[in-house]
Amino acid sequence: MILGSLFLLGLFVLPMWNITLEAPQYPIPLGMDIYTHKFEDTHEHDIKNINLMNHYVGMKYIPETIPEFSLFPWAVAIMTALGVLIGFTGGYRWFFAWLVLMCLLGIAGMTDFYLWEYDYGHNLDPKAIMNFKNPDGSPMGFQPPLFGSKDILNFTAHSYPRSGAYMMFIGMLLIFWAYRIGKKEAKAS
Amino acid sequence: MRTMFKSLWALTLMSVFLTSCGNGGSSNKGALSGSVAEKVYVAPGEHDEFYAFVSGGFSGQLAVYGLPSGRLFKVIPVFSVDAEKGYGFNEETKPLLNTSFGQIPWGDSHHPDISQTNGELDGRWVFINENNTPRIARIDLSTFETVETIEIPNTAGNHSSSYVTENTEYVVAGTRFGIPVPQRDLPIDEYKGNFKGVLSFLSVDPEEGHMDMSFQIMMPGFDYDKAHPGRGDSHGWFFFTTYNSEEANSLLEVNASQNDKDFIAAVNWKKAEEYIKAGKFKTLPTNYAHNIYDESTHMATTTWKKEVRMLDPAECPGLVYFLPTPKSPHGCDVDPTGEYIVGSGKLSADVTVHSFSKMIKAIENEQFSGDAYGIPIVDFEAVHAGSVKQSGLGPLHTEFDAEGYAYTTFFISSEVVKWKLGTWEVIDRKPTYYSVGHLMIPGGNSAKPFGKYLMAMNKITKDRYLPTGPEVTHSAQLYDISGEKMELLLDFPTIGEPHYAAGIPADLVKPRSKKIYKLEENNHPYVTKNEQEAKVVRKGKEVHIYMTMIRSHFAPDNIEGVQVGDKVYFHVTNLEQDYDVPHGISMIGANTSELLIMPGQTETFIWEPKHVGVWPFYCTDFCSALHQEMQGYVRVSPKGSKVPISFTLDGDAVDAE
Repeated sequence: MILGSLFLLGLFVLPMWNITLEAPQYPIPLGMDIYTHKFEDTHEHDIKNINLMNHYVGMKYIPETIPEFSLFPWAVAIMTALGVLIGFTGGYRWFFAWLVLMCLLGIAGMTDFYLWEYDYGHNLDPKAIMNFKNPDGSPMGFQPPLFGSKDILNFTAHSYPRSGAYMMFIGMLLIFWAYRIGKKEAKAS
Repeated sequence: MRTMFKSLWALTLMSVFLTSCGNGGSSNKGALSGSVAEKVYVAPGEHDEFYAFVSGGFSGQLAVYGLPSGRLFKVIPVFSVDAEKGYGFNEETKPLLNTSFGQIPWGDSHHPDISQTNGELDGRWVFINENNTPRIARIDLSTFETVETIEIPNTAGNHSSSYVTENTEYVVAGTRFGIPVPQRDLPIDEYKGNFKGVLSFLSVDPEEGHMDMSFQIMMPGFDYDKAHPGRGDSHGWFFFTTYNSEEANSLLEVNASQNDKDFIAAVNWKKAEEYIKAGKFKTLPTNYAHNIYDESTHMATTTWKKEVRMLDPAECPGLVYFLPTPKSPHGCDVDPTGEYIVGSGKLSADVTVHSFSKMIKAIENEQFSGDAYGIPIVDFEAVHAGSVKQSGLGPLHTEFDAEGYAYTTFFISSEVVKWKLGTWEVIDRKPTYYSVGHLMIPGGNSAKPFGKYLMAMNKITKDRYLPTGPEVTHSAQLYDISGEKMELLLDFPTIGEPHYAAGIPADLVKPRSKKIYKLEENNHPYVTKNEQEAKVVRKGKEVHIYMTMIRSHFAPDNIEGVQVGDKVYFHVTNLEQDYDVPHGISMIGANTSELLIMPGQTETFIWEPKHVGVWPFYCTDFCSALHQEMQGYVRVSPKGSKVPISFTLDGDAVDAE
């Protein structure tokens, strides 16, 4: 349990998520790593260049920082501390409760991510240089996929978790495992 | 009929056999392998194996080719202005063309040489000499731009240049046209004894690459033609061929061809360093330009140098020896081990080879056959290692592979001849089309040649390509030299006249090639790092426009308050930080070239408006889907007009001053 929750600390140094854009003119794709506390270029100046590309269709610039960046690290820190605390003192039911809370936070995080992506891809500048319509006549959105790959005009966008998130998953699996062992031991006794 | 069938069948079988041979044998089988086209084919998107830096001769520039494809990638402007790139037209690069004769828009570039470390190519810089107004330039291979030019004083016809020593300690310059030193008013027919041929050694800063005129040597007024450094045991020596040891001053084609032997001058530059340390030099007053381009300010500046340290070989024993070499030697090439010095008597049928170890012994034993102006002449037999006999007509230049073979060009008999060092036997000969001058094997004049290809640079082209009127391109030819016999692979056109070239494996250069200039490291005095800082400032008659460019607009793009008679400076910064997104800018009626500005760079052009009106400027390099929209206007009012300076982008007006 303790080990599992410590895996969460990886989120402080490793990227949680990544969005990569491929296009014929970008043999080296443009990419952005999302951390709990910052956005970072995959290669130097990538975010600036993503912004430059996206301004043609009226998408907003990716902000330097977002309010979530002051919340996420606290959530991670608290969950880690809580996990360690439970590891020392709590029973397997607590482990389960921790997992449920973690999952809820995860869902909240993904929902937040989705909402931002939606806004980013749909809330377009009315003076946008280029306007595209879907076949049904509605304005085309440029929302990157929540998870997976998607073709958007000349770009192929990829959106996948990164090492920080994988560490978190491993941590959560470890905790689930600890919960199962704890439960078995409880039944046996 | 039956026989015909049989022979057809045999032919088919044979062709199948040959084809499969060609496909299977893509490895190096020299002339025996099948597909020549395959050997020079670089598939779309693939990269060439070698860079070739080919001198542009009378174009004054340096061309960058890929080998084996023979594709031209870039023409680096060096000694001549280049309107395409704004070189010599924008304010930043103009100082690179400064000389004591003023700003010179043209040069004659000859012999590129790549910097070396421990005798091997290190891929940091290319040096190239200018023959007409003696100069040496340095090109940085991280940006493929000219970053330094230095004038060579007391010199005329800087031909025996710009070769580097084993660790790029020095790059050399020399005099092909003897002149009075210091220059003075003399009857031309008083040449003999009064005219001099100065050799120069310029030290190279090991970190920055900056050149510095370390010392010169006041040699007799012979014509110093070509040069190459010693390496290995002969490191510390430099060898220069001479002709016109007759010291003729007119009709040289006859009068400079009388002596049976001229010389290779062997210069001991380590000894020279000792003499300099010991203070055995004279300080001569002079005036020459040293121009350095600073990558951080994106700007070149000129420093005027006022004196030079001169050594007199007659007063410095052991500094220079003359090695007699037949018939006006041209090429002066040192083999990868440093033992053999190849002198190609251009009016001879033989190639003469001297031995460095024999030379040292002969000097120790004082085997001299006389002296010239106090410089000992080493006995020919005592230094001669051997000759490649009757090998062709008019030998010019020699390069080497790593297997102990040498390759010499023959101008008159128009061929490349492969021969073996030590035994002097001819192994193979192949015609060139036509009248070959220099040749180049990547690393072929270093301790570590990459003997896979040989590039021949021909002086005469005639019928080799589609005709283009009386003036036709100069031609290069590529040979496969990986086998015992050479094999002609490819003809390709070159710019100007390729005198010499320097080749290097792409892997030694490619990783260091920059993609952009970092905007945050831009220290140009007129840089504008974001659109908010863009402005227009009047200073009397001068108007300075601090402008930015990014896909796909200029900021500002509407400028008013400029007057007829003003001197308008466009200081334009490309805010892009993405690979291969340059922007250009030009103004209607500007008496200069466009600017072509790389990401993160600032450049300046001057426009002097002559007519009242509203005049557009625009982006000259197709930068993006909205390139056509990348434009702006300057309103020009009459002299003394009350229209204030103003500048806007999308209607956001900000008043200046």
